[in-house]
Amino acid sequence: MAVKKFMYVNRKAPYGTVYALESLEVVLIGAAFDQDVSLAFIGDGVYELTKGQNTEAIGQKNFSPTYAALGDYDVTKIYVEKESLEERGLTLDDLQHLIWEDEDDDWAERDSIRLVSRAELADVMAEQEIILSF
Amino acid sequence: MSLLHTVNKSPFESNTFDLCLGYAKDGSTVLLIEDGVYAATTGTSAADKIKNASGVSFAVLGPDLQARGLEGKLADGIKVVDYEGFVNLVAEHDSVQSWL
Repeated sequence: MAVKKFMYVNRKAPYGTVYALESLEVVLIGAAFDQDVSLAFIGDGVYELTKGQNTEAIGQKNFSPTYAALGDYDVTKIYVEKESLEERGLTLDDLQHLIWEDEDDDWAERDSIRLVSRAELADVMAEQEIILSF
Repeated sequence: MSLLHTVNKSPFESNTFDLCLGYAKDGSTVLLIEDGVYAATTGTSAADKIKNASGVSFAVLGPDLQARGLEGKLADGIKVVDYEGFVNLVAEHDSVQSWL
């Protein structure tokens, strides 16, 4: 099967709508097909990655731990847009530390999150063959 | 007459927070719920607007803030309430305007 460049664009905050969860489900399903996958978090999508989410009191499933498992599914390119973080008063320290293990380098841990500017992300987006937006 | 305004949309995605501020008169309360809680976090333009809105009380629903991992980012001048506190706010005001 030909490998295509897939990008999942995440633009919605979690829990208020179902987009964030649905996107994650599609990413996990798509991961089974060994494609070249990138995730982009822009706008309120950056809120999906905040650490310390605790949904006990709102009676919804906390799906944020699943982002930490993406590395095991070979989803290792997670782009976070700098402008969106800044506008929301957030820094990388407010987000989960997502990593993947590089099997070509004795399973060394690598950062999955790439902090990029809007212009840089636009370039990455322009290289994609299939873009799915949530 | 005092109104309780509730806002449930992110201030970055919708104009309801700004619109609500334009309608919030002295003595009224703005309660941020669901994705509206993002307006209550530090370092945002929404938090600056809250700071400058004298005469209006602001509250945020704690469970929605916790769900989003933002308890530590709460801006000054905003009271955290639980579901019981939400009910009390409804009871204390004459009516409720939900900015959906």
